[in-house]
Amino acid sequence: MDRYDLPDARGYFGEHGGVFVAETLMAALDELKAEYGKAKADPLFWQEFHYELKHYVGRPSPVYHARRWSEMLGGAQIWLKREDLNHTGAHKINNAIGQALLARRMGKKRVIAETGAGQHGVATATVAARYGMECVVYMGAEDVKRQSPNVYRMKLLGAKVVPVESGSKTLKDALNEAMRDWVTNVDSTFYILGTAAGPHPYPMLVRDFVSVIGEEAKVQMPEAIGRQPDVVVACVGGGSNAIGMFYPYIPVEGVRLVGVEAGGDGVDTGRHAAPLSAGSVGVLHGFRSYLMQDENGQVIETHSVSAGLDYPGVGPEHSHLKDSGRAEYTAVTDTEALAAFHDCCHHEGIIPALESSHALAWAAKVAPTMGKDQVILVNLSGRGDKDINTVAGLTGITL
Amino acid sequence: MSRISACFEQLSGAKALIPFITAGDPHPSRTVALMHALVDGGADIIELGVPFSDPMADGPVIQRASERALAHGVSLADVLAMVAEFRKDNGTTPVVLMGYLNPVMRYGFARFAADAARAGVDGVLTVDCPPHAAGELAAALKGEGLDPVFLIAPTTTEDRVAEIARHATGYVYYVSLNGVTGAGNLDIDAVAGKIAALRQHITLPIGVGFGIRDAETARALSTAADAIIVGSRLVQEIEAATQETAAEQLKILVASLKAAIR
Repeated sequence: MDRYDLPDARGYFGEHGGVFVAETLMAALDELKAEYGKAKADPLFWQEFHYELKHYVGRPSPVYHARRWSEMLGGAQIWLKREDLNHTGAHKINNAIGQALLARRMGKKRVIAETGAGQHGVATATVAARYGMECVVYMGAEDVKRQSPNVYRMKLLGAKVVPVESGSKTLKDALNEAMRDWVTNVDSTFYILGTAAGPHPYPMLVRDFVSVIGEEAKVQMPEAIGRQPDVVVACVGGGSNAIGMFYPYIPVEGVRLVGVEAGGDGVDTGRHAAPLSAGSVGVLHGFRSYLMQDENGQVIETHSVSAGLDYPGVGPEHSHLKDSGRAEYTAVTDTEALAAFHDCCHHEGIIPALESSHALAWAAKVAPTMGKDQVILVNLSGRGDKDINTVAGLTGITL
Repeated sequence: MSRISACFEQLSGAKALIPFITAGDPHPSRTVALMHALVDGGADIIELGVPFSDPMADGPVIQRASERALAHGVSLADVLAMVAEFRKDNGTTPVVLMGYLNPVMRYGFARFAADAARAGVDGVLTVDCPPHAAGELAAALKGEGLDPVFLIAPTTTEDRVAEIARHATGYVYYVSLNGVTGAGNLDIDAVAGKIAALRQHITLPIGVGFGIRDAETARALSTAADAIIVGSRLVQEIEAATQETAAEQLKILVASLKAAIR
């Protein structure tokens, strides 16, 4: 394929991305772009980043053959990239460390973040404690309720958690509130954005920090099975774990890339969080991309059992990969994701995050249609301990 | 000459008062009456907020106004209809729509510019669309004789001020503080100094807004700026009033602000 060198200088991936923010933030984004440009070219920056990933996060995370589950499904072999084994239990820590190191370079002593499921909030609170920074996390009031263990975790780590009561009280509103904080405290504060979205340069730098996932897999899979997998699959909310897995594989021919969105009650019901499957192009949170919106351009409420996927937009690079055809995007329902959640617990002894369970559900659905010598690599982006209250609640159990 | 230019020309150095209300707040049927009340109180230009589901640059007061309007299903097309209705009785007071890019993009830039011009809109400010991103929209607006209004912030670099000066027409909107609308951390001396410095690049009238809550602040800033923009304070007044008393209370408040900057 052609050389892939995106985003362009203006922050576009094809027609997606860009910088759509209030004037107050323009200087801060220019500064961030310039500083990241310098950091990117600085071997010492990456040396420290990888030292932290090895000694603090516990990388590399293994790839694991889900042998029993694969046999039961009777088709392709399912392998898992174990991001759930990272410190803090998800892929989010890779990005949080990268951005915290940037914040330190820029002399910012206060960091803020938005969070949905709480995984990015926990990761940010963790690195703030690690580097001695003040930390404020914005979280939709609805999510504060359904992810209470993570709220307490953030507090233990010394962060202030602010419940956001505006709008739909979920991830998108937390992002609005984090932007409002940033615009107010732009001189002192670094915004550690939690997914590969937002205004340029965020989608690029988040991707670069999480790409360690795919870079490792690209080495580990040939070691394990003598070749690259046939399919690489990841769940897509904002899209950071997926882009981290996909990006290194973009130039690798013969590897199918599949992103799985949150189908909620079903894409045809309108109650879902699947902008790539059923949205249209719009502008929200500083960038242009596929978006769930009504005919008047108002952003519509999303529905997903998984707080981390409950977001009406998607990172611009995924929109571009969809348009270019390099990656394909589909959705699974809450019910399918929950079934995969339980199957993964029972057959592999791994409690997956509800987010990651969407990717597992797709793999479990498609594996039986493939040959036993074929391989699906699933990005198991996080562990599901945080979700046990939700899952218990759905089966009528109060913990 | 556009209504906005004519307005500033007619003021010939006197200061303009630009009140802001959100279209459809508290109810779509009240907006045109409230616009007339603003004019009766002494408004020189009206900024009319287009409600959006995710008002990232707004503080809680205008967020709530947006939510009230959206609860009544107010769309961009509805806002244009309100302006057209207002124009039946007022042919002179400029109306500037202020909002976010997505509803305009969804409507279609060319269609929006044509419909807005037909409705009697004079200028458009999309908060999340600075000049570098506004090319297509700004061209469509100018093609219909509408003014694209842009923000300048305390953090705006001199290079960017020069760029904004090249693209803006009508007036520019100086954001008085780092923060959201209705914030409370305004530094009057710093703002006055910054506006004076902007004159090096900006020949258009300069309005100042964000965080102007009382007549005293309005007066202090009016010595440096050409126009004073007040939003959250007025929206609060609407919020606190009943639907029957809102117009009268708004008129009294606007009159007091206008008197302060005379």
